Amino acid sequence: MNEPVRRVSVIILLLVLTLMAAASWIQVLNAGDLNQDPRNVRTLYREYGNYRGTFVVDGESVVWSEPVDDPYNYQRSYSNGELYAAATGFYSIVYGRTALEQTENELLNGTADSLFWTRLGNLFAGEQQQGAAIELTLRHSLQQVAAEQLGDQRGSVVALNPETGEVLAMVTSPTYDPALLASHDTTEVNEAYQDLLNREDSPLVNRAIAGDTYPPGSTFKLIDSAAALEAGYDEDTELYAPQELELPGTSNTIGNYGGEACSADDQMTLADALRISCNTAFADLGMDLQWGPIERKAEDFGWTDSIDIPLSVTASRLPEDPNEPQTAMSAIGQYDVRATPLQMAMVASGIANDGVVMKPYLVDTVRASDLTVVDVTEPEVYKEAMTRADANTLTDMMVGVVDNGTGTAAQIGGVEVAGKTGTAETGQDTAPHAWFVSFAPADDPKIAVAVIVENGGSVGNEATGGAVAAPIARAVMQEGIQLAQEGDL
Amino acid sequence: MATVAVVTARAGRRAELALMGLTWVIVVLARALVDYNAAYLELVDLAIYGAVWAAMMVTAHFVLDKVAPHADPVLLPAVFALNGVGIAEIRRIDYAEGTSFGGQQMIWAVVGVTAMIVALLLLRDHRKLRRYTYTAGFVGLALYLLPLVPGLGITVNGARIWISVLGHSVQPGEFAKIALVIFFAGYLVTNRDTLALAGPKFLGMRFPRPRDMGPLLLVWAAAMLIMVYERDLGASLLFFGIFLGMLYIATQRLSWVLTGMGLFFIGGAFAALTIPHVRARFDAWLHALDPEVYSSGTSEQLVRGLFGMASGGLFGTGLGEGRPDLVPYAESDFIIASLGEELGLTGLMAILTLYLIIVQRAFRTSIGVRDGFGKLLAGGLGVAIALQVFIVVGGVTRVIPLTGLTAPFLAYGGSSLLANWLVIALLLRVSDLARRPSGEED
Repeated sequence: MNEPVRRVSVIILLLVLTLMAAASWIQVLNAGDLNQDPRNVRTLYREYGNYRGTFVVDGESVVWSEPVDDPYNYQRSYSNGELYAAATGFYSIVYGRTALEQTENELLNGTADSLFWTRLGNLFAGEQQQGAAIELTLRHSLQQVAAEQLGDQRGSVVALNPETGEVLAMVTSPTYDPALLASHDTTEVNEAYQDLLNREDSPLVNRAIAGDTYPPGSTFKLIDSAAALEAGYDEDTELYAPQELELPGTSNTIGNYGGEACSADDQMTLADALRISCNTAFADLGMDLQWGPIERKAEDFGWTDSIDIPLSVTASRLPEDPNEPQTAMSAIGQYDVRATPLQMAMVASGIANDGVVMKPYLVDTVRASDLTVVDVTEPEVYKEAMTRADANTLTDMMVGVVDNGTGTAAQIGGVEVAGKTGTAETGQDTAPHAWFVSFAPADDPKIAVAVIVENGGSVGNEATGGAVAAPIARAVMQEGIQLAQEGDL
Repeated sequence: MATVAVVTARAGRRAELALMGLTWVIVVLARALVDYNAAYLELVDLAIYGAVWAAMMVTAHFVLDKVAPHADPVLLPAVFALNGVGIAEIRRIDYAEGTSFGGQQMIWAVVGVTAMIVALLLLRDHRKLRRYTYTAGFVGLALYLLPLVPGLGITVNGARIWISVLGHSVQPGEFAKIALVIFFAGYLVTNRDTLALAGPKFLGMRFPRPRDMGPLLLVWAAAMLIMVYERDLGASLLFFGIFLGMLYIATQRLSWVLTGMGLFFIGGAFAALTIPHVRARFDAWLHALDPEVYSSGTSEQLVRGLFGMASGGLFGTGLGEGRPDLVPYAESDFIIASLGEELGLTGLMAILTLYLIIVQRAFRTSIGVRDGFGKLLAGGLGVAIALQVFIVVGGVTRVIPLTGLTAPFLAYGGSSLLANWLVIALLLRVSDLARRPSGEED
């Protein structure tokens, strides 16, 4: 009977090898898939089990993890949840992470390579792994002013430091309370999330960088002007500015706001045309320059490029091979031209910074749990969009807009403000979007701002950029100048 | 006359003691680690724990030295290691769940080791067991069918494999296993010649004579009864598998095994198609990760176990550092998944290797012992342990459908632990004879 015993023992060996192979498949070869399975709560528990880093604004934590007595150990908590939701995003056990909670996740949970030494230190000290703190470039007072000014209106405000590219304010309206989604009660979270999803005014969308991009309307005339200056025009170059401009090859015409004439003799300078935002003049200028130079200039400021700040920013769009009438429409920021509010802030910022567009960024400093600096974002030139001389000329023209043009509502006593209004048509039955892009002080710019109020906000059909958006930009710039005077900017 | 000096090789008792020393270190360290990670490391408790293990090991050693000096020296250290690691993991789950299974399992370990010692003291020669062949057969069958008695059997998780004795639930199937191995060994050693007779040739293979098919059909019917009425696929498979393995060892006829497997397959397929409980098990096995099957709850436990093992990876989270408590029955049916999570693939491989060592020592004993009954007994016990491990671990790792058996020596459960310690007692007893130098009789 020895022979069959040997054979059985070989079969048993094969069976055990099969088990070992199956265990290897589960624990090593296929472990990645199993660990990423959304039904696997272990990954989540492990993450929640560690102290997740905070978000810091002006030296104060705005998002942090509070120890609690449940399987997750920590509860994500917020001091001004709604105000910073667009930047920080939410951190949910059901719906995962968004915005900076997602892009900075490895730093926040402490697993990033740059935190290796900190981890090692924690290990030796017998401490729990701790995530890093993320210090944002946002300023609390600017966020607050921008949010207050927007109020219930749908829209967005973006403020940049023209010299560095720091995003000083990024407000989108309406917004949401991330605390609702951070709850550990999954039913509660599900309900809150469904409510937010079902709302028609899409509060989960960050309009500043990732919403449906907007037609920039007359604010796009800044790009036309920059292209014209580069093409050899100067501020005094006379443009053809009729009351109505016929579009070649069509029966359509372009008129001015309210159907008014721009000037008595159908002629006006480039500076004046920008000052009163004369549509026919810029439409004609567009056809004269042709689409190529305008397209290039728009791209010089960042159009068609998607960037990460580190939130990913939707690329602003341009029409492809527009014919003459389409070029005319595009030149006044209609047709297929689209821009994010951040893109428009970058236009203002580039003009303000002598033609150099700095790369916008939201994260200033990353600090490990022991407060040592892990990473500091250095300002970086994004694009050189204009010559210094052209930028200064355009700045002067923009000062004219605020001094005695369409943007007088943005005037700040004792400070020269450069700006441009925009009133973008959105269709036959809907009110136009009100835009304002600006920077101040004009001679030594500290802050560049873009404001959009969707569909005229509370004013509706009668809205213009000058009436609705300019006062908001004014308030934000005023706060910015205040901060600069206190040495905080 | 010249006297030949018989070298009394004290076959490996010292090596056994050394291995047990190593086992003791592993067992006590495992518990220390679990306590430390639960922030409850009491040195006094740990010292008592270490002392109890040392006492068990040393007592077992001295008893073997006296009553079975030639017994296999590897079996005990391997079994102690499994038992100790199991208790550490159970204790670890106790911390997470607020239960106290670890302490109870420790008591059962003491009971099991005592039972082993008593069995070795009472049974000085395994051949005596052959006298009780039919008694063992009757006892085995009765134990298997006991849970079906109304008022006595308890249904747990759909399977009716428990009985209630004085307020305690007992799993008689674990003991039936031993009785049936004794019965099969006695029966087959007597009838192997008849059963080995060649019958009709079919598909190029000699099949047994139809008139000899009686016992096979009877055992098959009993296995089907267990599957259908006790709804215990695992016990049924184990019971029938042990019989087939021993039948093969006795007759060396593959045709018996194939016939038996064919019969079982037909029965299993029929059950899978008609019995909802069995069918659900098959569904959960084949489509475990399918969202529909998962959300219906049938594969949830299995998949949670897979998640646990996957999170352990190659080296595991460390004892007390994972979340094995997220898997239902982490301390019993799914202790393999718990250990896989916390000790990693490395740890699981080590555990499987320990089982492999135990089983191979059983087969080595079977080959070494001279009497046919002993060969079948040791071989049958080896097959029983191996099959049980395969059915349990295979179920958890999705090699086969999940069933309700428990991992020998690791899983929480008094019946299982006690029965398996008795299996070890029998193996030690047979191995003592197998390894005894010729000419030395006591």
